Amino acid sequence: MSGLAMPKPDEATMRRRDDIVADMRIIVPGEGVVDAVNEMRAFESDGLTAYRQLPLVVVLPETTAQVARILKYCNERNIRVVPRGSGTSLSGGALPLEDAVLLVMSRFNRILEIDFPNRAVVAQPGVTNLGITNAVEAEGFYYAPDPSSQIACSIGGNVAENSGGVHCLKYGLTANNVLGIEMVLMNGEIVRLGGRHLDSEGYDLLGVMTGSEGLLGVVTEVTVRILKKPETARALLIGFPTSEQAGQCVADIIGAGIIPGGMEMMDRPAIHAAEDFVRAGYPLECEALLIVELDGPGVEVDHLIGLVEKIALKNGSTTCRISTSEEERLTFWAGRKAAFPAVGRISPDYYCMDGTIPRKELPRVLSGMRELSERYGLRVANVFHAGDGNLHPLILYDANVPGELEKAEEFGADILRLCVRVGGVLTGEHGVGVEKRDLMPEMFNQIDLDQQMRVKCAFDPNHLLNPGKVFPQLRRCAELGRMHISGGKMPFPDIPRF
Amino acid sequence: MTTLSPTTAAETRAAIQWALGEESQLEIVGHGSKRGIGRPLQTEHTLDLSKLSGVTLYEPAELVLSAKAGTSLADIEKLLAENGQQLAFEPMNYGPLLGGQPGRGTIGGVLAANLSGPRRLKAGAARDHILGVNAVSGRGEAFKSGGRVVKNVTGYDLSKLMAGSWGTLAVATDVIFKVLPAAETETTLAIRGLLDEEATAAMALAVGSSAEISSAAHLPEGIADRVSGGAIGGEAATLLRIEGFGPSVAYRAAAVKDILKAAGPIDEITGDASKALWRDVRDCIPFADGTQRPVWRVSMAPSEAHKMTLALRMETPAEAFYDWQGSLVWLRMQADPEAELLRALVKKFGGGHATLVRASPSHRASLPVFEPQPSALAALSARLKSEFDPKGLLNPGRMEA
Repeated sequence: MSGLAMPKPDEATMRRRDDIVADMRIIVPGEGVVDAVNEMRAFESDGLTAYRQLPLVVVLPETTAQVARILKYCNERNIRVVPRGSGTSLSGGALPLEDAVLLVMSRFNRILEIDFPNRAVVAQPGVTNLGITNAVEAEGFYYAPDPSSQIACSIGGNVAENSGGVHCLKYGLTANNVLGIEMVLMNGEIVRLGGRHLDSEGYDLLGVMTGSEGLLGVVTEVTVRILKKPETARALLIGFPTSEQAGQCVADIIGAGIIPGGMEMMDRPAIHAAEDFVRAGYPLECEALLIVELDGPGVEVDHLIGLVEKIALKNGSTTCRISTSEEERLTFWAGRKAAFPAVGRISPDYYCMDGTIPRKELPRVLSGMRELSERYGLRVANVFHAGDGNLHPLILYDANVPGELEKAEEFGADILRLCVRVGGVLTGEHGVGVEKRDLMPEMFNQIDLDQQMRVKCAFDPNHLLNPGKVFPQLRRCAELGRMHISGGKMPFPDIPRF
Repeated sequence: MTTLSPTTAAETRAAIQWALGEESQLEIVGHGSKRGIGRPLQTEHTLDLSKLSGVTLYEPAELVLSAKAGTSLADIEKLLAENGQQLAFEPMNYGPLLGGQPGRGTIGGVLAANLSGPRRLKAGAARDHILGVNAVSGRGEAFKSGGRVVKNVTGYDLSKLMAGSWGTLAVATDVIFKVLPAAETETTLAIRGLLDEEATAAMALAVGSSAEISSAAHLPEGIADRVSGGAIGGEAATLLRIEGFGPSVAYRAAAVKDILKAAGPIDEITGDASKALWRDVRDCIPFADGTQRPVWRVSMAPSEAHKMTLALRMETPAEAFYDWQGSLVWLRMQADPEAELLRALVKKFGGGHATLVRASPSHRASLPVFEPQPSALAALSARLKSEFDPKGLLNPGRMEA
């Protein structure tokens, strides 16, 4: 583990491990408790594989009642709990702790109800993102958010991370597509939020739960909105001599009132890596490649393709191909979708970043990245959700070279600092987790962070649920609750009052 | 009784710190256009944000607008329209229903009440478009959340938490919203003469098609002639709005007509007439009668709404119409709010919640305006309130029973 401070293991809990394992076996009978080291290895990291840690014990409950009993048990005994879905987090959100129960939700794998008239699916949290679409696509429906891990990632994990995907510019993030959840609080209480209706009753706790990275509650049921599939989708593959021109093209498309279903950009290193890997027919001489996908009725798609083509030409595009068949559209996407493994072929290891920036800052950020690349002596390839300004720089390194991982991480941190400096944010869709935890002060001051931690205190006052994630420094809730009242003087006395 | 009218975020913070020192409670108002919603307040002082005003950033190509909380919504909508853009969630104006002046309301109030309109069906509400806030908590501390980019999962989404909190957690001083292109054109299909149950089925069919229906409402007989100045007549009208680029709207309208060809005669209402119609549906004009007769806003599963209203009418006289495919039911009661009866029926028909958005002050003081929550959820909400506003200074009791 490279220099990441996690909460100090609680010795009393470590000493009681045998008792805790036995008690977990009472709550979850059968195969639901894993305590052998060789079997727990499968759970020692998530998608952020640079960090590994064996948990105290792995528990795989099957019912909400079991989850409630586990959390209540742990809360009463001051035992930490780390929830985990499919373990595809790219930010270490499901990284185990040595003294914590790892609560794995993968056996919650059933779709409970499909309700076409209300366009809703009720699923257990361990159902995969794609599993929801698979369950409704025979009727022509789908679930819109499509993170690239959708074949494996769980819907409960999507709620925890507020997952996005290439279609979220038009169709929104998880937060915009979830109608309701059932969750268990750390004290074992079961709470339902939302349902098949739209507006929240009282405070928008569903909104704050979505993207809370497993620190507030454990989701045990999810109700999502499904949509009818668009009749058609076609894509344009457009090459530009500079990333500035590609960026301006994106701005002009949106300026023309067009919100494409997907709009992706790749830089030269990413184009070459992808083309070498999948032979998608990408133009190799350009500096920036745009994939613009329009979806909807054929007549609309044809109309918009004409408009986008004109906008591209006006911005100096050097190549422009328009898909004429479903195979061709998928080929255009094949390179983009394989960008990560493609980069994996040209480098022993890569490190994927996830900052978001105001789109107009793209040229400045790309040139800043080139300078950083030279300074660190590490290559970087860029794929970019161009419509919403979400960058995925892939830093190429070799973990077998001593010090290179640390160098890559420092490079990544500098990229994120740059994103924040130009008005952007640390993470667009991968989450803070452990990875960006210590960068949070780049974006938030202590008052901002304290108020976020107070939300945590309302849900889990003892900081037992997924501690060590998101917040660089945990402050005790009693301390956070203290008030410093200076008051007394009437403010701005010159302002007229009535 | 003191009214504090800050013009900056720093003055807003000073005002709340002063109130903390005095241990005095504050009513938080913008234009006061929604003051009649919630339990009536009896605070000693008022924090008036209407002078904390002005758009601070608007970049159409970045789809982002930032404004001080007291900025007039009408001004913002005008600015956006000049650039071919809009707040896609179509915030309603409570003025007509609550007997206030037209055109009032601030962008901070839009967030505090989590406003939306008929397009909520497709585009969501204020909570789906808020990108960031700066706010002052009841602790007198200025904090920020979110940012100015549309894709952001850095830290808890406190901006969403502000949505629909009715000024009880913190006072927003600046809000940042995602804005979107306004549709090039729109048309509305009106199926005539359907009963509520038939309308529910027709709306589900249309909304469940690939025609991207952006709004679906049903105005039963006797309600339909209260919108658009009576232009569509009194026969029941099931309304389906289609928006987008011209050729696409024409194609999708034809497709929907085909899907619903067995449902009954279909009129088409285009352009400005369509816009005027949806504005009236949005603002609940059918019940904007200048009285204080109780009006409920009921949120429930679309397929269950008409069953609930039918059951309600067996017990008590009430008028109803439906928006959001039935997921929003507007109800006007003849006399008494009948809160317990209504809430029991909502629970029976698939669950949801009911908010008493218009009623006499005595009803609002004696009945829970917002849906009472189960004990674990109520306790969690109370803890959250206390983490933001431990002394209970901000709009005390407004959301409580």
